[in-house]
Order: sequence, then C-alpha cells, then structure tokens
Amino acid sequence: MNKRLPRALFALITATALATACTPAPKETKIADPGTEVSGTVELWHFFTEREADAIATVVKDFESTHPNIKVTIKSGQDDSKVTQAIGAGNGPDVGLSYSTDIVGKFCSSGAWVDLKQYIERDKVDLNQLNATTRSYTEYDGKRCAMPFLADAYGMFYNKDLFAKAGLSGPPKTLDELTAYAKKLTVKNADGSLKTVGFLPLYDFYENAASHLAPAVGAKWLTDDGKSAIGSDPAWKTLMTWQKDLVDWYGYDKLTKFRAGLGDEYSADNAFQKGQVAMNIDAEYRLAFVKDQTPNLKYGVAPIPTSDPARYGGGYVTGNILGISKNAKNPEAAWELIKYLTTNDQAVIKLSGLLKNIPTTTASIADPGLNADADFKTFIDIFTNPNSSTTPPSSSGPAYQETFGQFLNSYQSGKVTDLDKGLADADKQINSVMNLGG
Amino acid sequence: MTARPLGVRVRKGATTLSFLAPALIGIAVFFLYPLGSAVYFSFTKFDLLSVPEWVGLDNYRRMADDPFLLQSIRNTLWMVVVFVPVRIIGAIGLSMLLTQLKRGAGFFRTLFYLPALVPPVAATIAFVYLLKPGTGPVNHFLEKVGIDGPLWFNSPTWAKPSLVLLGLWAIGDLMVIFLAAVLGVPSSLYEAAELDGANAWQRFRSITLPTIQPVILFAAVTGVIYTLQYFDQAAVAGSIASGQATVGGGISSNFGFPEGSTFTYPLWLYTVGFRYSALGYANALAIGLFVVALGVTLILLRRAKAFTGEEA
Repeated sequence: MNKRLPRALFALITATALATACTPAPKETKIADPGTEVSGTVELWHFFTEREADAIATVVKDFESTHPNIKVTIKSGQDDSKVTQAIGAGNGPDVGLSYSTDIVGKFCSSGAWVDLKQYIERDKVDLNQLNATTRSYTEYDGKRCAMPFLADAYGMFYNKDLFAKAGLSGPPKTLDELTAYAKKLTVKNADGSLKTVGFLPLYDFYENAASHLAPAVGAKWLTDDGKSAIGSDPAWKTLMTWQKDLVDWYGYDKLTKFRAGLGDEYSADNAFQKGQVAMNIDAEYRLAFVKDQTPNLKYGVAPIPTSDPARYGGGYVTGNILGISKNAKNPEAAWELIKYLTTNDQAVIKLSGLLKNIPTTTASIADPGLNADADFKTFIDIFTNPNSSTTPPSSSGPAYQETFGQFLNSYQSGKVTDLDKGLADADKQINSVMNLGG
Repeated sequence: MTARPLGVRVRKGATTLSFLAPALIGIAVFFLYPLGSAVYFSFTKFDLLSVPEWVGLDNYRRMADDPFLLQSIRNTLWMVVVFVPVRIIGAIGLSMLLTQLKRGAGFFRTLFYLPALVPPVAATIAFVYLLKPGTGPVNHFLEKVGIDGPLWFNSPTWAKPSLVLLGLWAIGDLMVIFLAAVLGVPSSLYEAAELDGANAWQRFRSITLPTIQPVILFAAVTGVIYTLQYFDQAAVAGSIASGQATVGGGISSNFGFPEGSTFTYPLWLYTVGFRYSALGYANALAIGLFVVALGVTLILLRRAKAFTGEEA
C-alpha cells in the first residue's frame, strides 16, 4: 500500500480542520448608549420580487425620510438558503427578512441572528403590543432573535354558488359538519369518478398540511423538552380518524385521480377558484389571488371547523420574520430599521395594506381601514383568536412536520393499518430525524 | 549514458510542472480541497452558521437510525437498475436504426439529439404537463384509443417509470456516442459474417456488441455515477406534480411526491443539509455516495477487464 497517500490525506484534513478551527466565534455586540444618534448605511435582504418588492421599497423610503441619517440598501429575491450561506461565509446582510418561521430555531440557537433583548430593553419596546402567537414563533429557547413582519392566518374558503346549489347557506363549524357538507357538495360523473369535490381531505393537497389542520383539534407538536408529542396527544388521533373516514368515503384512488387533474395552487387554475373543490383551507393571501385571477367567483371565508365547538374561531398562524445578522456592519441602524418595520403602527398598517398580509401590532390590528374589508377582517379575527396556534420553532427546522407529513401520507393511503402503533413509530422517526444534526 | 547536469534536470522539471500547474491547481482547488472538507465535516456537527464541533463517527452511526435513508437508497437503486440499462439499450437501438437509414439520416440524427439540449428543469416541467392526468394531451390521446392512462407523476407506481421515460426522450447525448461506435465497426467484419450466413441478430450479437463493448462500459460507468446523483428531474417532477410549486423562493417541501416514490438519495442529502441544517450528517451521506460510486465504478471496470481480457 502506498504509505504516502494516508499521510497526504491526514495533512489535508489537518489543514482543513485548522482552517475551520480558526473561524472566529460570534462576537459579543456591545450596543450604543440610549439616545445615541444612529447613522450610516444598512443592508436589507428580502425574498420578495416584483409588486411585493415595490411595496417594501415604498415603506423603506418612508423610513429613510424619518431617519435621514440612515441609508438603506435593498437586495430583493434573496431566499433563506442564500442568507444562511452568506452568514456562514462571514458576510450576509445587516437585516434579513425570511418567509419562514422554521429558521428561527436554527438562527437563534446558532447565533446567526443576534439576540435582540438588549436593544428591546434599551429602547423600552413594549413586546405586548405584538400578537401573542407571533411573539412565540419569533423566539427560541427564551432567546428573541427575530421580530414578526406581518403574518398569515389560515381559514376556510367556501364557494357560495356551489353551497346554494346544494341547499347550504353558511360554512361548517365542526369537523362532523364539514364531513356532512363535503358529502352534500360532492358531485360524481356517470362512471363514478369525481366531478366536484366538497372538501378534498388529502394531506398533500394544497394547504392541507398537518400544521394548518392542527388548530382544528388543538393538537400539540412537541413536548417541553423538544421531543415529538404526536403519539402522546390524542388530538392527532381525532384529526387522523376524521380525515381517514372522509378519504375512505370518497375512495383514496378516486381522490388521487381527481387531485392529479387539478391545476397548480398558485395559478389561475387553482381548484377552488375553478369551482372543482367547494371548500378549501387557505390563508388571507388567497383573497388577492382571487381578486386578481377570478374576480367573479362568489365565495365566503370562515375559520376552520373544529372537533370541539368551543375551539371554533381560530386557525393556523405563521408569518415573515426579521433579524439582525451576526456579521452586521451597522447593527444599530439595522435595529432602527427592524423597529420601524415591526413596531411603527403606521408602517405596519401601510405594509399590510400593500402586501395584503395580516398586521401584527395591537393598533394596526384594530385599524378601521384594514378591517373595512369583511373578508380580510375574518382573517384578522382568526389571527387574534386565542384558539389560533402555530408550529413551534426547532433547531432542525421543519424536520418534525415533514417527517410526520410522510407518515400521514402513508396512513391516508391505507398503508398503515394500526394507528396506535403507527403513531408510536412516527414519534420514533420524528425524534430520529430531529436528531440527525447532532 | 552520462547523467544530465542537475541544473538541466531542475529546469526540465520546472518546465513540466509549469505546464501541469493549471490542471494540478484545478484538481487541488476544485476536487481535493472540497473532498477533504467533506470528509472533515462528516465527522462534525455543523450547520453552516456555527463553528463545526468534532463528533467522531456519530454521523455515520446515525445512518442506522435514519428512517428515510433506506427509502432514498431503494429509490436510487431502482433508478440505477432500470434507468441505466434502459438508456443504454435505447441508445444502442436508436443508433442501430439510424445507421440503417438510407435517406434523411442527418435530419433524424439531429432530431433525436435535440432533446438532449433542453435544460433538465424545462424538460421535466414540460413532461409533467404533457403527462398530467385529466388535462395533459398524452392521457387525452390514450383515452381516444380506449386506454385509461395511468397517473404518471402523480402515481407512486408510475412516477419513477415516468422519469425513465423522460430520460429515454433525452437520450441524444448517449445516442451520438453509440452512433460513432457503431459506425466505427469495420464493414469487412459484417461482409465476412454475411458470407458465412450470419443473420442480423447474429451479426449484432457477435460483431457489433463485442466491438462497441468499451463504449457500453463507458456508458454504464457514467450512467451509474449520473444516476446515483439523480436530483434535478426528481426534485422538479415532485414539486410540479404536487400542484404546490414553491412561490417566493426556497426549498420545496414536496420532494419525493407522491408518497416518497421519487425521493432519491441526493434529494435526502440536500433536504437534511439545507432544510434541516444537519450539514455534518449531509456530508457523511455525501461521503457514503462517493464511496459507493467509486466502488461501483471499480467493480464495473474490473468485470469488464475480466470479460474482454484487456486493460479497460
């Protein structure tokens, strides 16, 4: 055996290890004293494009006019991967705007986004003005490294024409009613295939992810020590049993065949907008899609039906988030920008109106202008309802949700027959996947 | 023979090295350094954001507890076992047919090569829409002739065969190589065989195949390596067929749709690394893939050597 090869490999690994070991650890940022004038340039990266990017630019311009000493450089179309890689390489923006609360766990625990506590305490920012759910998904393990930048609330859209045809007036409020309505609204072709579906219950259809349905039964994802709570929370079993009964009523094969012919969720061929599905889970942003793509559609919006009538009114809540990168060149100006975009009521109201997303501060939530649109107000009400919930941040991101999603897909297709054993196995799988990062 | 002076030898060595330098630097920077880094990171807990932490063999041990690793290996193996031979057989068959053409050979060669020029993402999107049940033209046509078409990319049974179909359509790159090989078979061999009364199959079996054996070996080795790294088409097909193509950027959560049937090893590696931030484990998976690809290549080369009795 060539003795030089292992030596060369050893040298290479040692060199790599040394180079990596020399990577500086996150430095402690010392913040300025209260009242210090902030100035300079701050770089903001966000993922929006086109119309939405213009909306951001408009509000940032407002910021610059009220903060004449701070200049903001905007880079649009930057997704989380690019932000992560840039921060990892020692660069990255001063301020990052992410579309996913799934990164909070990793960004907070790794220090990629700095702890905002000292800025919040120095400037006496009242966090209670922020909606409670948004507060929960912007911190991890007691560390607040993010602030909520607008939010999404999920509810139910229903087709008023199809409801009238089936002799139904209002939306279903319980899961049992949802099943009854779905059956009434379903129309079959002569050969038994599905023509119109009342409610398409497959978990991998559009926005039917378990995270969006969990508030219907009040299901819990993780235990206090960050392990899977799915097997031990009976609420999941309630949801799964209800869903499987409806899937079986339709026939899994018939549903998958029907689903395969439907258009893309974000196109004008969206099944709800085309009247192929009478009821659909979706968020407030669908209002803008409908207005733009199918303005003549007669529809109504409501909270998602629940297993227990007492839980009715809530839904799934998530949103965009802002944070200061650990490599920020101008963290003080970065914080000023974040503070403006997330706690200045007028800025939040303006952003909400332009982006058609839910506002997050107490005053902006109550803004009469935003509440003037009855459909949008329904989503604001879902957002503020105490039964609304979100997915807890985790250092492995969405791993626990997606692993459970795979199990749900197997269950709905009939591959899992013993639900109790399946849920116990799902717990093990989720814990394993969450542990892959060490 | 007298030895050349030391100065001359050093100068000659330096000249050689200077000519080799661009290639050596390229190999060091773009192959050895990344490979060394991947090996190192595979022994660490690493999330791209914090300083890597040495964990020894933990990442390799975790493979035993990974619930989706087996599924991704199974899908990738299926692709290797079916996709590679089907593409080779298809390319040989097509090149044989094209050599038989008396007229319009140039036109058909161009026609069959063209799909290989289409970017994989665009080709996959087009295929998903062509094969889309309900609205796609393929099932519409099948219905006209009395066939109830399958659900293609929406069926866990048909999703991988649909990807094979896509690979077969874009077979032009392989076809060109086999065409050159088939045209390179000496015509005198065929003439002699014809005189001996060999039929078309016997000529193919005993003359064409043995002559193009090195090209088949090349196609097999590159095909296996390519299929072990199969990513783009599987990722795009799953996302588009699910009806939830990501908006606003980011990594799709629909890899593997439907029911994990298109979830290949590289897709799992990518998901673990960039979606679940387990870069250390993802590097261990990458090293595993590298070792398997190297092992399969060595076995193929060795078997070919034994078969042909020549240095491969």
